[in-house]
Amino acid sequence: MSAEEKSMSIIVTKGSLDWAYPPFILATTAAAMGLPVTMFFTFYGLPLLLKDLKLQVTAAGNPAMKMPMMGMHMGLPNLLTAIPGVDAGCSVMMKNLIKKKGVASIEELREMAVEAEVRMIACQMTMDLFEYDKADMIEGIDIGGAATYIECATQADINLFI
Amino acid sequence: MADHTLDAKGLNCPLPILKARKALKEVPDNGTLEILATDPGSVADFEAFCRQTGNELVEHSENDGIYQFLIKKTA
Repeated sequence: MSAEEKSMSIIVTKGSLDWAYPPFILATTAAAMGLPVTMFFTFYGLPLLLKDLKLQVTAAGNPAMKMPMMGMHMGLPNLLTAIPGVDAGCSVMMKNLIKKKGVASIEELREMAVEAEVRMIACQMTMDLFEYDKADMIEGIDIGGAATYIECATQADINLFI
Repeated sequence: MADHTLDAKGLNCPLPILKARKALKEVPDNGTLEILATDPGSVADFEAFCRQTGNELVEHSENDGIYQFLIKKTA
């Protein structure tokens, strides 16, 4: 089996700290295994290309989110997740866990993706819609639209939507 | 003795694989890379990595929670 014959594309649609992991883990790993990889960042996934990442988990959107605490797994009642500061607190806890367990940061994974020459495409429409400027994005990305992605997807063996 | 050793102890998925890929670049053809890891998932992952990339997983073992892999650079 020749790795060079396989390639992968990922549509990245979510930009919270937890949702940023699957696309970057899979992209960097596939690249390490010899696959050319393209990531298409659209809607809430687009800010993952900003130079300055301020990632947070969103407790209200994750009713199943449980953190290991005092020897058990604890979640927040849905009502509490709406209180200002809860997301920030949960994000601090999550980042501490990530560090403690030897899990890479998103910044680190993104840097490795750039190093591994993963092609990153920012969705032009999303940039217009949410008023993002290319100058605020990391270097070396492409800008494109749906047709750019579809062309890439027709040539890829694995196409993921995350 | 392996040509290179990578200490990936304490690192979690996918860092051992990503760092191994980088380390393999420094290994001469047919040379060997030894990897030390503590991630139990790394066993299945290094097997898959070697199958996919065409490098040879010469041996792997586990001792006291430390996983040791020896990869021969054949790709």
